[in-house]
Amino acid sequence: MNTFYSIMTLTLIFAAPIIVTGLGGLFSERSGVVNIALEGLMMIGAFSAATVTVILEPLTPAAPWIGLLAGAFFGALIALIHAYASVDLRADQVISGTAINLLAIGLTIYFAQIIFNQQRTDSFSRGLVKTTIPVLSEIPVVGPILFTNMYLTVYLALLIVLATWFVVYRTTFGLRLRACGEHPQAVDSMGVSVRKMRYYGVVLSGMLGGLGGAIMVLTQDTQYTIGTIHGTGFIALAALIFGKWNPWGLLGASLFFGFSQVFGIYSNDFEILQGLPQEFFYGLPYVLTIIALVVFSNKSVGPKAAGEPYDVSKR
Amino acid sequence: MARLKSMLLDESKYKITVPVIAILLSFLIATLVMILTGINPVGAFKALVRTMTGINMDQLFTDKMFNARYLGEFLTTALPITMTGIAVAFAFRTGLFNIGAEGQLMVGAMAASIVSILLELPMIIHLPLVVLSAAAAGAAWGFVPGFLKAKFNVHEVVVTIMMNYTALHLSNYVLKSLPGSDQVKTVKSLPSGTFQSDFLKALTNNSRFHWGFIVVILSLILFWFIIEKTSFGFELRSVGFNPHASRYAGMKVTRNMVLSMMISGAFAGIGGAMLSIGTFNYGRVLVGFENYGFDGIAVALLGGNTAVGVFLSGLLFGGLKSAQPLMQANKIPMEIAKIISSLIVLFVAMKYGFEMLLRYYAKKQLKEEEQ
Repeated sequence: MNTFYSIMTLTLIFAAPIIVTGLGGLFSERSGVVNIALEGLMMIGAFSAATVTVILEPLTPAAPWIGLLAGAFFGALIALIHAYASVDLRADQVISGTAINLLAIGLTIYFAQIIFNQQRTDSFSRGLVKTTIPVLSEIPVVGPILFTNMYLTVYLALLIVLATWFVVYRTTFGLRLRACGEHPQAVDSMGVSVRKMRYYGVVLSGMLGGLGGAIMVLTQDTQYTIGTIHGTGFIALAALIFGKWNPWGLLGASLFFGFSQVFGIYSNDFEILQGLPQEFFYGLPYVLTIIALVVFSNKSVGPKAAGEPYDVSKR
Repeated sequence: MARLKSMLLDESKYKITVPVIAILLSFLIATLVMILTGINPVGAFKALVRTMTGINMDQLFTDKMFNARYLGEFLTTALPITMTGIAVAFAFRTGLFNIGAEGQLMVGAMAASIVSILLELPMIIHLPLVVLSAAAAGAAWGFVPGFLKAKFNVHEVVVTIMMNYTALHLSNYVLKSLPGSDQVKTVKSLPSGTFQSDFLKALTNNSRFHWGFIVVILSLILFWFIIEKTSFGFELRSVGFNPHASRYAGMKVTRNMVLSMMISGAFAGIGGAMLSIGTFNYGRVLVGFENYGFDGIAVALLGGNTAVGVFLSGLLFGGLKSAQPLMQANKIPMEIAKIISSLIVLFVAMKYGFEMLLRYYAKKQLKEEEQ
């Protein structure tokens, strides 16, 4: 039973960066801009967070939290490039996203070499710390899963799900954002700037992508390396499609992908799985992603206008 | 000066001027980044020149001025990148985005290693068989996203990315399981199933240059021929350009989509053979991606998805990639070369903006001339 609890807890911890980054993708794609740069934005966020944490750790215990903010800030900054290219210059959004992903590999390791004289950041000594919530952790079943040895960032991720749902479905801003992804011409005809809405969408995706990367490095790693993110940004994108561009669907899909990653770690605890090679478990989350996409393909319909630059003359 | 200006503003030459502007601007920004971070940019350019010409700028007019090994290593690095460039360009021409060249290259490298190590045949059969098996593995890896897109309308970008990671772990497992392998590499390829050549080595002062370059040249010609000169290629392009009109004209849209991805994957798979039976001559267990596939995207885009363009930009990106160790030795973070490559992709993607700017100046000039 203890193994079950720790698998569930770890699933939530592994799902948190996928959730946050996927929500970033949601803002961007709902506004009509395809964002495959999520991977690169996570890298930028993870590098900034790790660097800030390493530097500030001797000075203040709040260092990792400042690191999270730095991750969100630099993610948003880099996302501005994607916004400018795909909104103002009508670049192919997939190519522009690919360019950002490549740029992130170059930039993070370049600056690691400048700051730390090596191709990764130094190790931080603690990063974020697991906490057990008093009283709540005594509740049977829920207590050991949700409130024991948990990172506060998991609650932050869940909070952002709720906030995203509220913003996207219950506010004027959200209505306009969704409309930009479905029928930008209609939005424009009502006097709302499509350009502005899409900028909001992409910059928010940069903030959340950066934050997702920051959470990932500070909870699952001890330093930033080129392999820290290892495709999690793309998995977040898949979770977004799998979750039908809806915050709750995304939450469910992220938990599924989080679980498939944790599964490999615990494979040795189960007798039937011991004979399988380690590579099988490394590859499993990616294969499951493909299968999930196929199974849910016919029902997943994304924002209609996503991927298309807005052309006023088509109004 | 006036002639240069009129050439810049000539709309029919945008296909050449915009990529050139993209390259220059990328180098300019990278230079600024280096200066701002306290790195002397001159060393980076010297490393690039030495890599791409073999000439050492610090030893001009001495007997150490020219070293053919740099040239050989540079061409060797350009080979797999040119192959993935062909792969991505082929897919682009047929309206598909093949972000999975990375994985197709890896399974191609894996298949080449298997066939080259396990089979004992005369070279005239063995070597073509090795190359074909690399192509077949790449094609199989391209089939999956092509089929899923055609049949289930699953977005090929996400599927190919997942296929990349699957390829990484699968090929690591298979290569480690081959007889004689250790944790990081397989045994050497048999002499009958390898591109390696003592003659080419001697010619380039002991670089790793190999016979694979002939296959790359043939592939470039094949790519040009299929796309530009056959009705099959016309059909593929037409499906990419307008699937609805093509279906109306009686073309088999889904079949063509799958075929496009398979041919594209086959080119990338051969790129893998360039590594495992060419540059290295053994199969390598990888810790992560080496970005050959992503370099291929850059090569294809900068080259305007044409054979000649891919050839030229393959050389440029090959130079940027193979200059990296020399840069690092000169105490310049080698990632600056990656920053330059990614900026080139970004600026080529922004070509609409440059074209608008050029058009604006052309108009302005026209007005001035009228007055």
